[in-house]
Amino acid sequence: MFLYILKRLVTVTPVAFGVSVVCFLLVHLAPGDPLSAVLPADATQATIDEMRAAYGFDKPLPVQYAIWLWHVLHGDLGVSIATGRPVAQEVGRAVVNSLILASVATLIGFTFGVFFGFVAGYRRNSILDRVASALSVFGVSVPHYWLGMVLVIVFSATLGWLPPTGAGPDGSGNWRPDFEHLRYIILPAITMAVIPMGIIARTVRALVADILSQDFVEALRAKGLSEWGVFKHVVRNAAPTALAIMGLQLGYLLGGSILIETVFAWPGTGFLLNAAIFQRDLPLLQGSILVLAMFFVALNLVVDVMQTALDPRIERA
Amino acid sequence: MTLPTAPMVPAVELTGLRVAFGKTQVVDGVDLRLERGQALALIGESGSGKSVTLRAILRLFPAGRSRIEGHIQAAGRDVLALDKRALSEFRGGDVSMIFQEPLLAFDPVYTVGQQIIEAIRRHETISQADARARALALLERVRIPSPERRLDNYPHEMSGGMRQRAMIALALSCRPQVLLADEPTTALDATVQIQVLLLLRELQRDLGLSIVIVTHDLGAAVEVADRIAVMYAGKIVETGTAREIVRDPHHPYTIGLLRSRAEGALAKGSRLETIPGSPPDLANRPPGCPFAPRCFLAGDRCHREMPPVAEVSPGHKVACWHTEDAAAAYRAGPTPLAVEMA
Repeated sequence: MFLYILKRLVTVTPVAFGVSVVCFLLVHLAPGDPLSAVLPADATQATIDEMRAAYGFDKPLPVQYAIWLWHVLHGDLGVSIATGRPVAQEVGRAVVNSLILASVATLIGFTFGVFFGFVAGYRRNSILDRVASALSVFGVSVPHYWLGMVLVIVFSATLGWLPPTGAGPDGSGNWRPDFEHLRYIILPAITMAVIPMGIIARTVRALVADILSQDFVEALRAKGLSEWGVFKHVVRNAAPTALAIMGLQLGYLLGGSILIETVFAWPGTGFLLNAAIFQRDLPLLQGSILVLAMFFVALNLVVDVMQTALDPRIERA
Repeated sequence: MTLPTAPMVPAVELTGLRVAFGKTQVVDGVDLRLERGQALALIGESGSGKSVTLRAILRLFPAGRSRIEGHIQAAGRDVLALDKRALSEFRGGDVSMIFQEPLLAFDPVYTVGQQIIEAIRRHETISQADARARALALLERVRIPSPERRLDNYPHEMSGGMRQRAMIALALSCRPQVLLADEPTTALDATVQIQVLLLLRELQRDLGLSIVIVTHDLGAAVEVADRIAVMYAGKIVETGTAREIVRDPHHPYTIGLLRSRAEGALAKGSRLETIPGSPPDLANRPPGCPFAPRCFLAGDRCHREMPPVAEVSPGHKVACWHTEDAAAAYRAGPTPLAVEMA
């Protein structure tokens, strides 16, 4: 197992390297001069050259990349143009907020998804199955920013039960696990949970139906296991795939929550990314994309390792 | 019903067993009796209902989707009268089963040892360590090499023959009286097949087990079984001792099965005899003998009326209107079925 993790870590290194190159080049792929956001429109050529040198844009690309990578490896992602604060600090805070929101959403989505999936898989073609399937199709296909707005209209504007936006009453953007902050996370988390719920429910349904149709289930019954005993085997067989899907969904939520975070003004990476794009804050953009990409790489690694631990056939095959 | 004295109760007794899935009558009135300590082989083509008959003994069908009628007695229990709890005690405890494809019959994510221990602890209150010791002894009993190590193997880490041995060990783990074997050698290499059959025979003798083995391989049936029952389209068409069935068959279908074996040297250029046609559609069962459309002896009556079961000698029963003609045809050797000889 240890050796396996080590092996996976080695194979991940080139991926991480590639990701960093892409992130770095993004700035140069973007149309327009990266400096145009920093400089006033009437800047003199001397000022432009000076800034160019200050940001290191006068050096050849590979050298720029080396310098940038060196800084990144030391935790220095540069300084945000818009706020003047270190990018690492901005991104770090946003990552924590996103992570909290994504985790809560995944937890909700996973719980309901697994529940619906098992019910549907066990009672295939029954009314319960139809209802669960309809719910999961709804979950996968409903536009979540729309759902978010509807929820805000119903629960905040009309009923006034829950706050519509932000992460906390103080507006500081630091979420804490207390009752007041909990109220702020409910709506965005439910909105975000709908997609993983649908995907997990559909996957688990297919998974459970497939497992139940396998010969070993009959063999388990033949050796006298109760339905509960058989159920435990089904869970154990479904777990690796279900967890893998959950991990990937968590990843997607972390990166793909721009819309939801924007709708709810949740101070996470998606919100930050959105702001960085509109303010042409390139260091911030570069930094947050890099962190998000690295997060995906790490997440895939964790999921792989977890699957190996749960399914004995993977490692040895 | 009073409790009969032990030796008189057969290990398995099926009376008028009928199993239907929806409109399809898969098993259509099967009477079968297996004495204690004996082995019975159920043979027949795919779809003849032999596996369904076997599963009926453990009631292994999803409730609601199947209908079982008749009477099933196994290991002294009235199987159809068992409630949920008693049924799961009965399964694996009194009667256990081994399957055609052992790789698929084990849960892939648990070790073989865990699965044997699970069965033991399901039926008995016993510590994990004691259960493990017994699982180990079982693997030794079925002659799996280095059993200590094999106990911690996952099913996919074993060879086919070894898996089937482990399956047998699992089936025997709670000391059942009756062992049901569903095509236990079909998925195995030819050389391994005979070893598994011999092991079954040996265990049957040593442990006083009663075995029902389902197979389409007459050779395998003869190897292990005291008696053979031939099934066709959900009915038993002939039963007798293994010797009677092979040497003195009285049903045209049995004769067809015997003739269609490639046993012995087929002369070069000669054709392997087959039974023409295919089994009937069980949802639209024709009246009369279900084998009539494929039978070389079939007359008008065969197409109209189902033949009754006749006892041609003590214990040798045949359901055919033309038992004597069939037996004579078999004794005469080359048959009207042998259409073309090069």
